[in-house]
Amino acid sequence: MTDIAFILNGEEIRVDAPPTRTLLDWLRETRGLTGTKEGCNEGDCGACTVLVTDDNGVRALNACILLMPQLHGKAVRTVEGISGPDGALHPVQAAMLEHHGSQCGFCTPGFVASLAAGHLQGRTDHDVVLAGNLCRCTGYAPIIRAAQAAEAAEAPDWMDEPLDGFDPGPAPFAPETADDLAAWYLANPDATLIAGATDVGLWITKQLRDLPKVAFLNRCADLKGIEIGTDTLRVGAAVTMTEMLAVLEVYHPSYATMVRRYGSEQVRNAATVGGNIANGSPIGDNPPALIALGATLHLRKGDARREMPLEAFFLDYGKQDRERGEFVEAVTLPLRAPSLRCYKLSKRFDQDISAVCGCFNLTIEDGKVTAARIAFGGMAGIPKRAASVEAALLGQAWSEATVAAALPAFEQDFTPLSDMRASAAYRLEAAKGMLRRYYAEMSGQPADLMEVRA
Amino acid sequence: MSVAKPLPHDSGALHVTGRARYIDDIPTPAGTLHLAFGLSTIARGRITAMDLSAVKAAPGVMAVLTAEDLPFANDVSPSAHDEPLLSDGAVHYVGQQIFIVVATSHLAARKAARLGQISYAEETPILTIDEALAANSRFEEGPRIWSKGDVDAALAAAPHRLQGVIEMGGQEHFYLEGQAAVALPQEGGDMVVHSSTQHPTEIQHKVAEALGLPMHAVRCEVRRMGGGFGGKESQGNALAVACAVAARLTGRPCKMRYDRDDDMVITGKRHDFRIAYDVGYDDDGRLRGVAFTQWTRCGWALDLSLPVADRAMLHADNAYLLPATRITSHRLKTNTQSATAYRGFGGPQGVLGIERVMDHVAHALGRDPVEIRRINYYRAAEGGLSAPRPSGTPPEDISKAKAGSATKLSSGTGHGQRYGGPHSPEGFRPLANTTPYGMEVTDFILHEMTERLLETSEYAARKAAIAAWNAQSPILKRGIGFSPVKFGISFTLTHLNQAGALVHVYQDGSIHLNHGGTEMGQGLFQKVAQVAAARFGVEVAAVKITATDTGKVPNTSATAASSGSDLNGMAVQAACDTIRDRMAAFLAERAQTDAASVHFADRMVHVGGESMTFAEAAALVYQNRVSLSSTGFYRTPDITWDRIKGQGRPFYYFAHGAAVTEVVIDTLTGENRILRTDILHDAGASLNPALDIGQIEGGYVQGAGWLTTEELVWDDKGRLRTHAPSTYKIPAVSDRPPVFNVALWDAANPAETVYRSKAVGEPPFMLGISAFLALSDAVAACGAAYPALDAPATAERVLAALGRVRG
Repeated sequence: MTDIAFILNGEEIRVDAPPTRTLLDWLRETRGLTGTKEGCNEGDCGACTVLVTDDNGVRALNACILLMPQLHGKAVRTVEGISGPDGALHPVQAAMLEHHGSQCGFCTPGFVASLAAGHLQGRTDHDVVLAGNLCRCTGYAPIIRAAQAAEAAEAPDWMDEPLDGFDPGPAPFAPETADDLAAWYLANPDATLIAGATDVGLWITKQLRDLPKVAFLNRCADLKGIEIGTDTLRVGAAVTMTEMLAVLEVYHPSYATMVRRYGSEQVRNAATVGGNIANGSPIGDNPPALIALGATLHLRKGDARREMPLEAFFLDYGKQDRERGEFVEAVTLPLRAPSLRCYKLSKRFDQDISAVCGCFNLTIEDGKVTAARIAFGGMAGIPKRAASVEAALLGQAWSEATVAAALPAFEQDFTPLSDMRASAAYRLEAAKGMLRRYYAEMSGQPADLMEVRA
Repeated sequence: MSVAKPLPHDSGALHVTGRARYIDDIPTPAGTLHLAFGLSTIARGRITAMDLSAVKAAPGVMAVLTAEDLPFANDVSPSAHDEPLLSDGAVHYVGQQIFIVVATSHLAARKAARLGQISYAEETPILTIDEALAANSRFEEGPRIWSKGDVDAALAAAPHRLQGVIEMGGQEHFYLEGQAAVALPQEGGDMVVHSSTQHPTEIQHKVAEALGLPMHAVRCEVRRMGGGFGGKESQGNALAVACAVAARLTGRPCKMRYDRDDDMVITGKRHDFRIAYDVGYDDDGRLRGVAFTQWTRCGWALDLSLPVADRAMLHADNAYLLPATRITSHRLKTNTQSATAYRGFGGPQGVLGIERVMDHVAHALGRDPVEIRRINYYRAAEGGLSAPRPSGTPPEDISKAKAGSATKLSSGTGHGQRYGGPHSPEGFRPLANTTPYGMEVTDFILHEMTERLLETSEYAARKAAIAAWNAQSPILKRGIGFSPVKFGISFTLTHLNQAGALVHVYQDGSIHLNHGGTEMGQGLFQKVAQVAAARFGVEVAAVKITATDTGKVPNTSATAASSGSDLNGMAVQAACDTIRDRMAAFLAERAQTDAASVHFADRMVHVGGESMTFAEAAALVYQNRVSLSSTGFYRTPDITWDRIKGQGRPFYYFAHGAAVTEVVIDTLTGENRILRTDILHDAGASLNPALDIGQIEGGYVQGAGWLTTEELVWDDKGRLRTHAPSTYKIPAVSDRPPVFNVALWDAANPAETVYRSKAVGEPPFMLGISAFLALSDAVAACGAAYPALDAPATAERVLAALGRVRG
């Protein structure tokens, strides 16, 4: 029997837990640590936020969709461990108290955990740090005041995690290399592969599914790297969205701006690029950007590898070009694409699934459109290129008239659905609006809401 | 003095360390069982067959209960006995409770609850306002209609007239702590229930009915809720009753908490409304007459819909003196969740109706909407009602002023001298300063507040700057909106305006108290503790308030209608004064002096020339066999109300506020952001400015959320599609205004409230309307036609309004 070994609030723990046991349930029901709250059980409210530290440093994660095997070898700190052993308050706790940052108090432990993680990281972008924590009482203003007040304080020494010399032993349910994974998955093609569990977690907590056979990918070091080449970026499937964001900020700033609104800090800290592609969702935000960039997908089955343009992977709603036992190993994208612009449209600005995600990458030479890659999420059953729109633009003079003439082509490319996020008609109209915005932005006209200040 | 100090929430230190206990955190005895409901999957019909064998056979399941298994009343309604705990065969909405699973764990109960095989004879559900009207599906015999003057004549005679309609969506409470309850069986069949409820007495009452017991056999306790907002006024009944019934059956403690999706599918929400208006006005924009028709979807059961719809009618005037008015209210019965109390309780919907009218009239006349609003305001209060007290001054102790009765609220004379300020035409006949329901408005302070806010927010300059900016910005447009609120304070069901308290002073001078109010985050406990500390002249730390408990203070009203501090603060004050007077009488007699000269301040008691600590005084009083325990009671004076006629004085006083919000929209997609908000709010002489500002900031953001991103969507089968935070979007941190200036007006309440403070829970919610109006203003910058924006103003609705404006 292999136990899951981790450090909890400074203390080494060995736990025998089924692979689908969530950290939140274990903390509250088994361990009796009830400071961490369940607000939604799907990673959308942040009331269950905890700190998880490993070799890559500290990050905030949602305990409700964090499965116990993912913790192996790591250090977990809950709100109970954020105050000192003698009861002394952490600077963010003291600031929350002083600035009236809690009212009903139910979301507060999650906020404190996110703030403490951000504090350890030296972050001052509090709106980004806290985008995944919902508060219904305060209107957030006092929480931000608290966050600012605590910026300069030193982190207490009890926040240090004693990972040096911690020997967790072998990890249950988790291959250590892509080779191990490939061999195991070939032999167990009916298994569920779990990377960050931000999607699969909900199969467990909401669909109440039993997952009899699982493997966790987070220990496969060779799936986690980003190789920066002369012309390309090769992103391993298990790269988290947080790691992806850091690289995108350098090479693809508009894509990065969009990713900053992808899920939340906690979700990006868990979610992976590979997972966002492999689950085949028509509303994942990476595929439209990657398709617009002309990215190549790398698949592996046993020792056999193949690659394809990313758009070819998405066959139909819920259906991808992936064989049994085959998995996403990496995606390669161009290092630079200065004309790439990514537009995410959602009901709420932060931490919301896109109603429409439109990504544009046009090449203009001598005033003419010489290359066009336009891809959308939310407009079809799969992430999809706007082939007719591209065709209507290609070879034409890059002008408002050309854009206007291309707009009707959206109707040939897409027949979107109406759902709780948006109506079909609005999706089409907004997609057209995005092309017009792209033209405006490329022509230097102000079109970015976020640039406007009172 | 402990009042007026910006002390932190009484549980702040527990909140930030995770030690504050909510229902699901209370350690339960071994053997505690967990419950989940099996839910209907159709909106309307009858159950023809139920096969629960798979549920019973599921791992961990101890019992499965249907309506037939309930020993006594099968009812969890707070009003009309029309809400069975478990379906009696009829199905009224998707999510109705049909059976209870009792299992060894929460997860086991949830898993088993999905295994029920239920067959239905489906009927066509009534889902929308139009479907309900077509089927005449409604509560009460017909629409409720209140009138003032001859509105038809006024409309016909008005120089200008326009009509319009606004649709406004409902709102999910999204308290972060979902509904939860635990029932602990006691000896002799008694039951103790811990519930996350705003209304412990209602829980006690419904549990007693369900167990066939007198109320004395049931005790309900609630230390705190993780948010309520009205959603825990009646919606906790089902869980508490289910737990109690199961605990009675099994003899074991039973706990139930809703998973978030279940919570959103099962429980009621804010009422959505459609409001049509027909308005007559003159060249200056002064209203001559307005007729409102309000339609609201009440859902399948009555719950609190009648008083909610009443309050929407009561706030159809908001801050405006309407010469002739007719308000018609249709309370429609639909096959959806039973809509329930939500912060404002219909008031926000009524207010949005008249604010739309003001906006529309201003647009039609090409005038600044603020100007139109000020012309139509109620007349100002006479005399010095509205001078704010200098900051840092504690509020007046009204017990001293009482004898002189210098501040009688309603004099009934001396008003009517001014009408609407400088815009009043010569010889215009002044109207009585009364609401459409016949209540004289004597404490109106929005003229002064508006003037101050327009100055501090630099409204005029910014409006001009926005117009100039818009002229050179074809894609992005900015807008600015102003909205006032005048909100009536008191329960409109008059008998609810009472509260009790129980105060003990121990021989060491520490003070323990209970009152009938519940703590849901609003800071009620701290405010009440501040009052108690002030009465005894001790520090707040000497006062402990423990869980609200129906065994300590009986017959409580729901903590609702913003009344918590007003009612319970006064009840506690009365109890404290009783004890203090006993102490003073004894100490005075002992010192051969007058009791009135005994002085409690700075943790000391001063008697004649002698001073002793409060603790010494308490010990002395105890040793001399004088009671240091007392109840206290308060009933709001001077209120009367006839809801059928729509006449009376339903409110003890009004609370006011005003806000200016600036937004920017993207005209290509309708996306929008709030840029800046300035608020000036009237909390009377604030008991605790920090807590009050917290209510204002939070109320504003919640109100803006209602009108922007928070959209409830049902499909054509009546299934709620937005049943989790992944699809239902309350404001997140970056949705708060990046510039957010909030100030208190801080003038004493002319009504004799506790330390002259005012209720603050609900009124600021309506300031979010300024954000909606700002969006409308930004849209209006794109064309000639009126935007007629509907709510919530999602990006999609903003783009639709842009389409209308551009024609």
